[in-house]
Amino acid sequence: MNINLKVWRQRNQNSEGRFEEYKVQASPDMSFLEMFDVLNEQLIEDGNDPIAFDHDCREGICGMCSMVINGRPHGPKQGVTTCQLHMRSFSEGDTIVVEPWRANAFPVIKDLSVNRGAFDRIIASGGYVSVNTGNAVDANSILIPKEVADEAFEAATCIGCGACVSACKNASAMLFVGAKVTQLSMLPQGQPERQARVVAMVNQMDAEGFGACTNTGACAAECPKQIPLSVIANLNREYYKAKLNGK
Amino acid sequence: MGVLSFLFSSSLGRKLVMAVTGIALIAFLLVHCLINAMVLLNDGGQTFNEAARFMAENPFIRISEILLFVGFLLHIAQGLYLTFDNRKRRAAKYTGNPGNANSKWYSRSMGFLGTIILIFLVLHLKHFWVVSRFHAPHALGEITYANGDTMENLFLEMANVFTSPYAVIIYVLGCFSLAYHLLHGFASAFQTFGINHKSYTPIIASVGAAFSIIVPLIFAIIPVVMHFGIIK
Amino acid sequence: MKLDSKIPQGSVDTKWTQYKSSVSLVNPANKRSLHVIVVGTGLAGASAAATLAEMGYKVSAFCFQDSPRRAHSIAAQGGINAAKNYQNDGDSVYRLFYDTIKGGDYRAREANVHRLAEVSTNIIDQCVAQGVPFAREYGGTLSNRSFGGTQVQRTFYAAGQTGQQLLLGAYSALERQVGLGNVTMYSRHEMVEVVKIDGKARGIIARDLVSGKLERHFGHAVLLCTGGYGNVFYLSTNAMGSNVTAAWKAHRAGALFGNPCFTQIHPTCIPVSGHYQSKLTLMSESLRNDGRIWVPKKKDDNRQPNDIPEDERDYYLERRYPAFGNLVPRDIASRAAKERCDAGYGVGTTKMAVYLDFKYNMINKYGRTEASKRGIQNPSEDVLLELGKEIAKEKYGNLFDMYKQITAEDPYEVPMKIYPAVHYTMGGLWVDYELQTTVPGLYALGEANFSDHGANRLGASALMQGLADGYFIIPYTLGSYLSKEIHTKPISTDHEAFVEAEKKVSDRINQLMGIQGKRTVESYHRELGKIMWDKCGMARNEKGLKEAIDEIRALREDFYKNVRIPGSVDEFNPELDKAGRVADFLELGELMCWDALNRNESCGGHFREEYQTEEGEALRDDENFKNVFAWEYKENNQWELHKEELNYENIKIQQRSYK
Repeated sequence: MNINLKVWRQRNQNSEGRFEEYKVQASPDMSFLEMFDVLNEQLIEDGNDPIAFDHDCREGICGMCSMVINGRPHGPKQGVTTCQLHMRSFSEGDTIVVEPWRANAFPVIKDLSVNRGAFDRIIASGGYVSVNTGNAVDANSILIPKEVADEAFEAATCIGCGACVSACKNASAMLFVGAKVTQLSMLPQGQPERQARVVAMVNQMDAEGFGACTNTGACAAECPKQIPLSVIANLNREYYKAKLNGK
Repeated sequence: MGVLSFLFSSSLGRKLVMAVTGIALIAFLLVHCLINAMVLLNDGGQTFNEAARFMAENPFIRISEILLFVGFLLHIAQGLYLTFDNRKRRAAKYTGNPGNANSKWYSRSMGFLGTIILIFLVLHLKHFWVVSRFHAPHALGEITYANGDTMENLFLEMANVFTSPYAVIIYVLGCFSLAYHLLHGFASAFQTFGINHKSYTPIIASVGAAFSIIVPLIFAIIPVVMHFGIIK
Repeated sequence: MKLDSKIPQGSVDTKWTQYKSSVSLVNPANKRSLHVIVVGTGLAGASAAATLAEMGYKVSAFCFQDSPRRAHSIAAQGGINAAKNYQNDGDSVYRLFYDTIKGGDYRAREANVHRLAEVSTNIIDQCVAQGVPFAREYGGTLSNRSFGGTQVQRTFYAAGQTGQQLLLGAYSALERQVGLGNVTMYSRHEMVEVVKIDGKARGIIARDLVSGKLERHFGHAVLLCTGGYGNVFYLSTNAMGSNVTAAWKAHRAGALFGNPCFTQIHPTCIPVSGHYQSKLTLMSESLRNDGRIWVPKKKDDNRQPNDIPEDERDYYLERRYPAFGNLVPRDIASRAAKERCDAGYGVGTTKMAVYLDFKYNMINKYGRTEASKRGIQNPSEDVLLELGKEIAKEKYGNLFDMYKQITAEDPYEVPMKIYPAVHYTMGGLWVDYELQTTVPGLYALGEANFSDHGANRLGASALMQGLADGYFIIPYTLGSYLSKEIHTKPISTDHEAFVEAEKKVSDRINQLMGIQGKRTVESYHRELGKIMWDKCGMARNEKGLKEAIDEIRALREDFYKNVRIPGSVDEFNPELDKAGRVADFLELGELMCWDALNRNESCGGHFREEYQTEEGEALRDDENFKNVFAWEYKENNQWELHKEELNYENIKIQQRSYK
């Protein structure tokens, strides 16, 4: 199939970017990134600069790939990452606009690659249980009802890709933060630091320059792991409780 | 204030202010709507005027009015702040347009809808609230009903205002904005409070949708029926 | 060079306890002035960096990805083994030890593997304490499942995303230390050289992949936790960025490389679909709990799988290995699939695939249980199937979705098509009992070392090893070295060794950039991969390996004449990063062939066609090859072979049988 691409090209963080157009021959069984591989090989052979984009596992789990495809992070299909999106989701002759995640908190490194270090810093501010190696009790001495474990797991499947930020009109990171806060606040292991954690993480989130949530729901709709919007409700609740407790 | 400073400093705090004031405004709308609906009884405005008198004279209502005013100001100020601040969080805009694929247009347009409502509100206050509260006593003119009760005739003021087709159009547009503002705002406030559960969130959503349609509809009907003289 | 594995004295079950009690310690005040470099932030790296920082060492951690959370450990699906015996099915430390040695076809060190089995239980405790949401039973206890090569249920899991959950646990522990200022994290940095001073590893040269700048970092010790090198085959289940560069630089700096040819080919992967294919996707081994593998009994049978009646199907694993059936170890399952496909019974358009079919167990295992749970009397087969699908969705939903996304076929309705693919490398840097390579102060952890899996790794053991090395082993064994280093003051990175190492790297980069030929890096990688897969893959023979060596040498020569790297050195240039990695693969590939050529036997994942039983099973030669091949790098891609004899004092060596 013949595909027309309009791809964002930007040399580095400080330079101006622009769109460039390319034509690619794709096969319907190709993944979206394999189409970019093919295009890049062409570009290199023709002596041009290939398009920089982030990717690694190509199994939809590492969270590295990040393309906004026709205005939607990870493209038109629900519940898949860019690397798992296949060309059969497009039609012959389509023109596809590809852009990087856009948010002040995620500066562009080059072309379609962005810096998501802000997410790491949010986790470093409190997204953990403080338990040094060797301090653990026998695993089965902490009983956790299956429903709780399942719900905590659902929140824990976040891959930290940043699609939520990229989809949100406010570039808000609350789905990401909400997922981690939900996971740890539900589990008994997370209780001792429950209130301090949520306050620290929200403070860091604000400091990183993410916007405020206005409950449009775009984040959850575009999340490749389908983290539900309820994690943000949960985040709110946890945060207000902690604040009203003077944390 | 220390404990509550987060309401004006953190993103989640600001959101809470929006939700709390939003719910207060929703409660106000409900009362306002019930009173307005009395116009539709078509009794020459008697019930409506009586209710208006009650509202004007009851001290509890007068105190609430001050709170409501503060709520309005907070909702507007915080809303405008958030709208402009959030817009700055993405300096480089997208070219691709997702349309309504991941969210509703009115959810994304709360600032715009709110601004229309604000403009409408200024006009609305000038039409009725300023007239009834700040003009010299009896400036509105009085009416004496068959039972001998004499009171200010706010109903007549409405009839006067709505003789203008422009006023009717502005009021109807205002109600449209209000409907869409509520369609997002009602459920959104509950989400902000942290109330989200698969068993009751659908109920909140349905009640919210019903409220968002019925209340503005009643508001919008009144100028229309009065303009066309269906209610006199 | 004499290889000293430093295995402690005593019986195998007391070695580790005794070692821990007698190893030298570093006091807390001294720890603060000792600096440890950790390269790689997967399970091994993140857990090691976090734990060492908790203990008080100053740690610098490096990863080439944009965040430590992206390391490829994240993609592990099925689970992690531990000898908890929570299922009361007769599991024990000894049995896990035994299964691992046997599964590795008697080519792993007893002492290391026993230690691994011992600490396995601590790992589960630690992960649960961190908030890792493992699957639970209704009563709140942990749930287990079976994996290949074992007859007990000892695998802990979190749906099909166990690696993700474990890595996020280790990552959060690491980020906690970053937040506390005990770890300095360098992401988008690649280690490109080891710096040695007076024979000891004293730091690294790292390249900032965003700016292209070379950086010098000092450390009293350097830990390589850089994963495996399966990407030498181009197509593998590894992440696109997985590479051998850090380990290879260590190898060239004097660290011996152990058993490089021991590669695990995973039996259940989604088959190749076209020439543009960039990687292969694994379908977790846990699927073999409920999926039955078969091919048609008739050659070139082109009927749809659901149209082939039961008696015309060949469930070849159940037929050949009745005791373990579909749960034979990976090497055996892979070879059996290859054997059927080579014999002409393969399915799909390429005929290089077999079916993995869930229908039987959806109906009979899950459907029936569910029906009786719900009190449905005499359910029809359709009802059972529907009920079974619900359970399958709960257990494997994400895997089924992923399969459907990639192939556009629905595994709830038609059997999956699968074929073996390169998945893991048992070989790696040779390390002693303390995980130290032959370069003092240079350690290798996790998949990057060779130590625990012998010639074949059992499923759910990689996660176990990575975390064992990082959380529970290196924190002790590193003390043995660092306790002697407390008087070593931090060495300035202006030291000539750093200057020289950096110059070496920049010369190498300039050489690559200067070639400006015609071919893309990718095309070389693809060609190397094909040579490796065809001649050093699932089956190897002397002739093929010799050809492969010649072909790789020629390819390498061409690479240095004709490769084209766009862009410049001082910018974000993923093509340049890739070129460096492929250059190293081009050397490693040759060494793997030499290793395979010299090992004149078949064992585990290493199958030499000349050495097989009449039934086509691997034929070991314990007389001559009950040892580890450890290769020493000499100038210009020449190697010298050293051997470490393996002694089995606790397990009787026998022909591995899963029949």
